Amino acid sequence: MASKQELQVQQKRELEKKEETTIPARIFVPTADIYETEDALSVILEMPGVERNNVDVRVEDGVLYVEGRVDLSKYQNLQPLYTEYNVGHYSRSFRLSSKIDQNKIGAELRDGVLSLTLAKVEEARPRTIQVK
Amino acid sequence: MVTAFADPFDALFNLQRALEARLASDWLQDLTTSRGPFPPINVFQQGEDILAIIELPGIDKNDVQIQAKENTIRISGRKAVDFPEGVSVHRRERIWGEFDRTLSLPVQLDPDGIKAEYRDGVLALFLPRAERDKPRMIAIK
Repeated sequence: MASKQELQVQQKRELEKKEETTIPARIFVPTADIYETEDALSVILEMPGVERNNVDVRVEDGVLYVEGRVDLSKYQNLQPLYTEYNVGHYSRSFRLSSKIDQNKIGAELRDGVLSLTLAKVEEARPRTIQVK
Repeated sequence: MVTAFADPFDALFNLQRALEARLASDWLQDLTTSRGPFPPINVFQQGEDILAIIELPGIDKNDVQIQAKENTIRISGRKAVDFPEGVSVHRRERIWGEFDRTLSLPVQLDPDGIKAEYRDGVLALFLPRAERDKPRMIAIK
């Protein structure tokens, strides 16, 4: 990994949903890194401003749903003077390609970065078949 | 009481509307020495003082330097994204690299009173306006 790289601003992508929400608030798509190891799938999501208690992670019918809510009480009594980004909740879902053990989902939130470790079920792990 | 439900959502909606409306604001026009580059900044007014909020998820506190001088603030540092060895990468959206941004404010700052707080991936810079820069009431004799 090269150490020098000019960082460009990543514009926040708004979540496109089939249904509208009842609240007219904005929901953004957190940027994600996903990688797979032999026995687990790791999903890393950037959700700045989200506290540990305001994160929802669930797997339903092979779809991973992640939601993060920001606390807006901090913004009360503040008057915006100059802005470059918008603030909102985060939501994203992924259809999982391999079978996940529902009971072995690890989640860690640190500095606005949510790291999920989804352990694969035994039969979904790669196997080497010995040819006789 | 319907208003009881509407209240917290209104707070968000109003904030978002305000943020959106200020995108076109010329408050810092021609004043930022590097407008646009990373990281994006929101500037708020809090009484006499100024609060800059910067989203910087996943940064090591020690990798960020904040310098203040008169009416400018310089934020520089490094954002790293690491993958373990020997994994197959499915998606790579998070950005990494070095950043250096200087923000000039239209008010003089009190460099000793500046406070920086990094929590949940959000850097908040509390920038107090210098006492000598504040408007003064003149009593008419």
